[in-house]
Amino acid sequence: MKYQVDERGYYGNFGGAYIPEMLYPNVEELRSQYLQIIAQPEFQTEFNELLRAYVGRPTPLYHATRLSEKYNAAIYLKREDLCHTGAHKINNTIGQIILAKRLGKQKIIAETGAGQHGVATATVCALMGMECIVYMGKLDMERQRPNVERMRILGAQVIAAVSGNMTLKDATNEAMRHWINHPTDTHYIIGSVVGPHPYPHMVALFQSVISEEIKKQLQQAIGQPNPDYVIACVGGGSNAAGAFYHYLNEVHVNLVGVEAAGKGVDSGESAATTALGKPGVLHGSKTLLMQTTDGQVIEPYSISAGLDYPGIGPLHSHLFETGRVQFLNATDEEAMQAGIELARTEGIIPAIESAHALAALSKLELTAEDVVVVNLSGRGDKDLETYIRWGKY
Amino acid sequence: MKNRITELFQHAKKPVLSVFYTAGFPNLNDTGTIATALEAAGADLIEIGIPFSDPVADGPTIQASNKQALDNGMTVELLLKQVAAIRNQVTLPIILMGYVNPVMQYGFERFFTDAANAGVDGLILPDLPLDEYETYRELTTALNLSISFLISPTTSEARIRKIDASSSGFIYAVSASSTTGAKAEFSAEQSEYFAKLKALELKNPFLIGFGVSNYKTYTQVCAHAAGAIVGSSFVKMLSQTKDFDADIKTFITSLTTPK
Repeated sequence: MKYQVDERGYYGNFGGAYIPEMLYPNVEELRSQYLQIIAQPEFQTEFNELLRAYVGRPTPLYHATRLSEKYNAAIYLKREDLCHTGAHKINNTIGQIILAKRLGKQKIIAETGAGQHGVATATVCALMGMECIVYMGKLDMERQRPNVERMRILGAQVIAAVSGNMTLKDATNEAMRHWINHPTDTHYIIGSVVGPHPYPHMVALFQSVISEEIKKQLQQAIGQPNPDYVIACVGGGSNAAGAFYHYLNEVHVNLVGVEAAGKGVDSGESAATTALGKPGVLHGSKTLLMQTTDGQVIEPYSISAGLDYPGIGPLHSHLFETGRVQFLNATDEEAMQAGIELARTEGIIPAIESAHALAALSKLELTAEDVVVVNLSGRGDKDLETYIRWGKY
Repeated sequence: MKNRITELFQHAKKPVLSVFYTAGFPNLNDTGTIATALEAAGADLIEIGIPFSDPVADGPTIQASNKQALDNGMTVELLLKQVAAIRNQVTLPIILMGYVNPVMQYGFERFFTDAANAGVDGLILPDLPLDEYETYRELTTALNLSISFLISPTTSEARIRKIDASSSGFIYAVSASSTTGAKAEFSAEQSEYFAKLKALELKNPFLIGFGVSNYKTYTQVCAHAAGAIVGSSFVKMLSQTKDFDADIKTFITSLTTPK
């Protein structure tokens, strides 16, 4: 239970609910009911059936033989990129929209960076016939136009966040402001393991299906459920939380989180929170945060819009502090190269977020006996323009 | 020595007017000029905002003032120096209001101590959880600092009672489920809420803020509360004025007296 959230909403020194009173009733309504609702058999049936028939779960655990040869280890890819909408994000939005319905909510709001969570939210809103508003930084809307149009095709209203640097952090601020102004009929679907308690725990629960499946699939593939390594990229950290979840207490499984180093950890243009951050409060929880000595949040940078966040979820801060998870980082260049490498060796173009996880393979001292699972959190379709602009292929 | 805020409410013969503005806005060293002008204009309480990069409870006006203040170079350390200077010129109670992260980075104990030494009388930290505050209660009490927590129309009565027990000085009652920002008038539903609050007979007096911007809204809240808090409309005026003394005087007068 060392890595589980406590009754106050903390993971060790991190977490909690640092929210203005105007948000308290919204968050408290959720906190007091989420566990009970999720535990209901009807909830589980609806959730699991949608994951199966609509999302396409279980996603394959694929033994990447050519990549394995290259790194001299048995490498398995957890194919979250094959989920409907192209990334793991939908596991969480399916869970939260069923929860929102049971709480009697009629409207959904969400924030999005790269647009993957926005698309996953717009998708489940269309599926359930609920009104959907997605906040997205104005800059991100320009960088990720196809996803903006996908959300609009799905019937969502996309509102540009024009404060701050006009990226994910600002979109989250605007979504929180919207929730303050619409406290009774609206549910806020946060896309990562961030935000006030119970969000980090709830989102991790919905994503934990990833490691649940890995265990079963590895058992079938190699006769035992535990690999030597699980590797996942960390922006806010939802895919990593899902991939690590059922391995947290399996101490012999090395868990590796890979953050975005941008143009280099010390370049001033990075999103490597564990390397650069200190404990602070943003978006309702106490966590590691990139900030000035005066407590002002520093704008992060990464070539990947999905990792472009100045903090990490409180669970990850705890896993970093306790040393349970080894945190590495990969630069833009390393990630792009790893992305191309996967395309050439396995015929899979990964999302640039997931390419950061792949970039860790060359940083670990792997041996031929090692079984390695890389969580391939998303597909690269949305990143085609970034690949083209990068050009080195 | 008695706390200036407690004294103010004990002896108030008319509604208390508390005025909020962002430190270091429009210019870095305007913090003191504005405080002096507010005292001359007849305000009762000065609420100085500590700017933050991500003010989630604020509407566009105060967001913009936060950004500009930070661009101007405002920091917690500088603000505490400015307040110490203000304290020598102004007798009104001074409150610092801000999001929790800059305070956490400065260090809670150090912040409370330095604020009290600078002459601050009270604090409002809207995203500081009640149970976190309990850790520091002994210290703030020893330093004679009042702590005001917020309540909103969706806050349950049980929780209002709990917040009342934790608060000192006054309670900050938010007029609506909203971020900060000016309103032309309050609805009948809001007036009913104000009346309901009064009927609770809380230990602390309460001030109503969020949306107070003119004589109409000012009188609507003063009919039920111990007074009003004005913020966004004042900050907006500050962003446009060329003459602090004259325009602050006009602003306060137009707010508190009928046309």
